[in-house]
Amino acid sequence: MKEYQTIEEISGPLVFVEIDEPVGYDEIVEIELPNGEQKRGQVLESSEEFASIQVFEGTGSINRDASVRFLGETMKMPITEDLLGRVLDGSGRPIDDGPEIVPDDRQDIVGAAINPTAREYPEEFIQTGVSAIDGMNTLVRGQKLPIFSGSGLPHNDLALQIARQASVPEEETDATVDGSSGETETDDAVTDEAADIEATDDEGSEFAVVFAAMGITAEESNEFLADFERTGALERSVVFANLADDPAVERQITPRLALTTAEYLAFEKGYHVLVILTDMTNYCEALRQIGAAREEVPGRRGYPGYMYTDLAQLYERAGRIKGREGSVTQIPILTMPGDDDTHPIPDLTGYITEGQIYVDRNLNSQGVAPPINVLPSLSRLMDDGIGEGLTREDHGDVSDQLYAAYAEGEDLRDLVNIVGREALSDRDNLYLDLADRFEGEFVDQGFDTNRDVEETLDIGWELLSTLPKTELNRIDEDLIEEYYREDIESETGDEGATDEESEEQTAEAEA
Amino acid sequence: MSQATDTQVTEDGTIASVSGPVVVATDLGARMNDVVYVGDEGLMGEVIEIEGNRTTIQVYEETSNVAPGEPVANTGEPLSVDLGPGMLYSIYDGVQRPLDVLEDQMGAFLDRGVDAPGIDLDEEWAFTPTVEEGDEIGAGDVVGTVPETESIEHRVLVPPDYDGGEVTSVEEGEFTVEEPVVEIDSGEEVTMHQEWPVREARPTVDKETPTTPLVTGQRVQDGLFPLAKGGTAAIPGPFGSGKTVTQQSLAKFADADIVVYIGCGERGNEMTEVIDDFPELEDPNTGKPLMSRTCLIANTSNMPVAARESCVYTGITIAEYYRDMGYDVALMADSTSRWAEAMREISSRLEEMPGEEGYPAYLAARLSEFYERAGYFRTINGREGSISVVGAVSPPGGDFSEPVTQNTLRIVKTFWALDNDLAERRHFPAINWDESYSLYRDQLDPWFVENVATDWPDVRQWAIDTLDEESELQEIVQLVGEDALPDDQQLTLEIARYLREAFLQQNALDDVDAYCSPEKTYLIMGAIKTYNDEAFAALDAGVPVEEITDIDAAPRLNRIGTTAEYEAFIDDVEDSIESQLREKY
Repeated sequence: MKEYQTIEEISGPLVFVEIDEPVGYDEIVEIELPNGEQKRGQVLESSEEFASIQVFEGTGSINRDASVRFLGETMKMPITEDLLGRVLDGSGRPIDDGPEIVPDDRQDIVGAAINPTAREYPEEFIQTGVSAIDGMNTLVRGQKLPIFSGSGLPHNDLALQIARQASVPEEETDATVDGSSGETETDDAVTDEAADIEATDDEGSEFAVVFAAMGITAEESNEFLADFERTGALERSVVFANLADDPAVERQITPRLALTTAEYLAFEKGYHVLVILTDMTNYCEALRQIGAAREEVPGRRGYPGYMYTDLAQLYERAGRIKGREGSVTQIPILTMPGDDDTHPIPDLTGYITEGQIYVDRNLNSQGVAPPINVLPSLSRLMDDGIGEGLTREDHGDVSDQLYAAYAEGEDLRDLVNIVGREALSDRDNLYLDLADRFEGEFVDQGFDTNRDVEETLDIGWELLSTLPKTELNRIDEDLIEEYYREDIESETGDEGATDEESEEQTAEAEA
Repeated sequence: MSQATDTQVTEDGTIASVSGPVVVATDLGARMNDVVYVGDEGLMGEVIEIEGNRTTIQVYEETSNVAPGEPVANTGEPLSVDLGPGMLYSIYDGVQRPLDVLEDQMGAFLDRGVDAPGIDLDEEWAFTPTVEEGDEIGAGDVVGTVPETESIEHRVLVPPDYDGGEVTSVEEGEFTVEEPVVEIDSGEEVTMHQEWPVREARPTVDKETPTTPLVTGQRVQDGLFPLAKGGTAAIPGPFGSGKTVTQQSLAKFADADIVVYIGCGERGNEMTEVIDDFPELEDPNTGKPLMSRTCLIANTSNMPVAARESCVYTGITIAEYYRDMGYDVALMADSTSRWAEAMREISSRLEEMPGEEGYPAYLAARLSEFYERAGYFRTINGREGSISVVGAVSPPGGDFSEPVTQNTLRIVKTFWALDNDLAERRHFPAINWDESYSLYRDQLDPWFVENVATDWPDVRQWAIDTLDEESELQEIVQLVGEDALPDDQQLTLEIARYLREAFLQQNALDDVDAYCSPEKTYLIMGAIKTYNDEAFAALDAGVPVEEITDIDAAPRLNRIGTTAEYEAFIDDVEDSIESQLREKY
C-alpha cells in the first residue's frame, strides 16, 4: 500500500496527487484528513508522475496536508445473502443500526459484460397487475424497462405498485388460480390477488428487490421505505440510499454497488431480482459534473461523449444466463427535463433499454392512475413473452388492435376540437368513444388494484367489441369468433343514455 | 494481426498513462495501426497515434487496474481477420474472437486478456481441387472448393497479394486450414486460411452499375423503395421505431448468398435473440438453415468501446472475402451511430479538435470509406460478386439533421426513414413513404418488368400517386373532417387506407406474412388497384360513395398478406369486389 502526502491540486470533486510509483487505472483511494476523517475516491487517470482522483464524498475540507493511500485494487462490493433486509448508504455502508455485515465474497463493481452466447433470451412473463403494462407493454424476466416520467408525476407510486404486485404465474399456481377463477369468475379478483401474493410468498426466497436511490429527496426515500415496511417487502430488499444532500460523485458508484449485489443474488443465489434505479437523471447530472471538472470535451448538452457507453454498462447488467436459476430485471426511473424525450438522458436510455413506459402529465391531471400513456410506451421483449401457453393466445392481436384503435381515436380528438362531434362519421365516433373508455377503464385502475392478465384482456375485448367485427383487421378471425362480445353492441344500445350514443343513433337514422 | 499466427514480437515499450480505453506507451517501436498487447494481462490494442517517443493505443478490453510501468508488446502487424472455412455459423466479437469459444474458456461473463483465433485451426475440411499440376494460377484464383455448410460451397482462393505461377503440387482430401493444399513454382503455398488487415479493402478489378434488386421480401421495400445487389441503404429512426426488426427481417429474408450481421453497440438480449433464432429459421429461398449462410458479429453496448469501433471493419472484410468467391453478400450494420460514437469517444480521449456535436472531423471520411466498400464488383479472378450494405442509424432524439444521419445520406442511395408516429400506431414496418426514397428504382425496373410483371413500374407509380394524394388530403381532413370532402376524394382516402393497411403494413410475427415474394407484392398492389378502378367506375355511374366503401369484399384485402395460398384468394377477392360493385349500377 502506497501512501502519499503530495496533493498538488484540488478542483471540484477531483484531487491531483504527485506519485513516484505508478498506480492502476480505476484503483480505489483512501484520503485521510488531518482531523482523522476518511474519504474514498477512485483513480480517473493515471500517469507516471500524477494520478487524478475523484472523491466520492466530495472534496470539502481536504487540504494539501491530507494523506492519500492507494489500496492497489479496484472498487469492490462486499456481498452476502444477509444483505437482504438491510439499508445501506450510497457507498454501501449500513445505515440501519443492524449487525455488522460479514461478506461471503467481494466482487468488482464494474461488472463484466455477459457473453451474448451465454445469455438466455428473456421470455418469462411477469404479471405486474397493471393493465397498461401487462396488456400493452408486457414486462418479462431479465428485461430492462425504464419509466420515463417528469417532475411532479407519480412514477414512484407506479414503481412501488410494480414492486408490490409483480408475480410470475407459475405453472402449478396457475392451475389453482385458473380453477378458482373458473368457478367464481373474475369478480372474485380478491381471491386471485391473495393467491398471487401467496404464490410469491411461498417462494419468497426466490424474489428480491434491490433498490438504488440516487439523489432523491429524503421524503421520497421515506415513502419507498415506508411502503416496503408496510408490505413486508423490506425483508427481501436491499436498499442503497444516496440522497439529494449526499455527494454527487457517490452517485457514480451507487448503481454499480446495487447491480453487483443484484447479480450476486441472481446468478449465484438463484433469486429473481427486481432492480429499481431512481433517479437516473441525477446519475447523469453527476456524470456531467465530473466530466466538466476533468475539462473533457463535452457531447450533447454538456453531457460527456461516453455517456451512452456508461449507461449501457449499467442497463446491460439486466438479463438471464443459461443454466442459472435467477434473473436481473431492471426498472430504472428517470425524470425527463422539461418532459422532453429527445433530451440526451431519456434518448440514450431509450436506445439501450428494451422499451420504455411513459408517465403522462395530461393523463395525470385527468386523474388517470397510473397515468401511463401507452402510445409512445413499448416493450421490445413483449412478443416473445406472451401468447398461447404464456399468457393467452389472443394477447398479441388484442394489444395490436387496441393500439391501432386508441391511436386513431386519439388523432380524432384534435379534429373534434375544430369541427365538433356532429361533423364526424359514425365510424369516427366509435373510435372516439373507444379512446375515452380505454383511458377511463383500461388504464385507470388505481394504484391499489391488482388485475391478472385474463382480466386485462377481457376488458380489452369489452372495448374492442364496441367496434364492428370488420374493423378488427389485426385480429385473427378464429379469435374474433371466440372472444368477440356480441352482447356489447346491444348493451350500449339499451343503455343509450349518453349524449354521444344518442347522437350516433340519430346520425345512423339520417344516413 | 490475426490471432491465428504467432508473430515475432518486435520492440517492447512501457505504459506511461492510462485513461479509460486510451493508453499511452513510451519506447514502443510500432507503426500506425499495429496491434499491441498491453500490460501484464496482455490486453489487445491498436496503435492510433505516434508522437515522438509516445505511442497512443486504443485498447479493445476493459483497462481497470492497468498501471503505468507495465509492459507493452508490439506484434508489428495491423489488425487483421482470419479468413477461411468455418466463418459461417460463427458468432464473433468486434475483433473476431468467437464468442462460444470465449464462453468455454471464461464462463458467462467476458473476462479479459483471452485470445482465440477466428477460425478453428484444428478442424479438418474436405478439399476438392479445381486446378491440376502445371496450371497457371494468379492472385485471387480459385484453386478448389470446400463444402463449408449445407448451402455454401467455400471457394479456396489464392491470396490477393501472391505472385502466382505454375502449380507444382495439388492435394486432395481432409486438411486443416493451415496445411498447404496447392504449391506454386514461385515457392508460394496456398492454404485454406488467409489473413487480411481489416482497414484495407480487398482488391477488385472493377465496380459495375448494379441492375439486380436485393429482394427483401418486404412489400414496402421491394415495391416502393428497392435496394440493388451491391447497393447501399440507410435506416435511420428514433428508438422504438423498429430499426432492429427491419434489419433482422432483411437478414432473414434477403435473397443474398451470404449475410454478415453486425450488432454494433446494441442490446445483449437482442443479439441473444438472433443467436437463438437464426439457427432454427430457414432461408426462404433455399430451405436450408439460415445460419448456414450467416456470420454474426456481436459487440454489445457494454463491451469495450474500441472493439465497437473495429467491428464494422471486421464485418466488411469478411464480406469482401466471400464476395471474392463470387457470392452476393448482404451486410447489415446495426447501428452505425454506435460506431460513430465510439469514434467520438476515442477522439475525445485523444483530445482531438472536435467537429460537429463533438464528433471527430474525420467522421464523414470514415463513413464514406466504409460505404464505398459496398458495390457490384468484377473480382480479380474474373467472377462477379456484390456487397450490399444496410446501415441502421440511431439519430439522437429522432432528429435526422444530426451529423451521422446527414453524412450517411450523402453517400447511400436508398433511404428507409423510420417514423415514430407509424410505430406508435403499430404500423410496421414503420417506413415513412413520404420521406423514404430509392435512387435504384430506374435501374432496377427492367428486372422487375422481366421477372415479375410488365406493368410493375405503372402500378407502383399509381400506388405512390395515391399515397401522395392522401397526404395532401389528410391536411384538409385535419381541418374540416372527412365528410366535408367531395365523393371522389373520400374514395381516394379509402383506397389509400387499404394501401397502407393491406400493402405497406406487414406482420413480421406472422409466419406467412413475414416474407412476401415480389409476385405477391405485385398482386396485392394490383388487387387494390382493381378495387380502385371498379370503385371509381361505380362512382361515375352514380353509386353513392358510402355504398361503395361499404361492400364486404373490400376488407378482405387486408387478409391477403397472411394468406398462404394467395393466388386463388386474390382472384376471389377481386371477383367479389367486381360483382358486388357492379350490382349497384
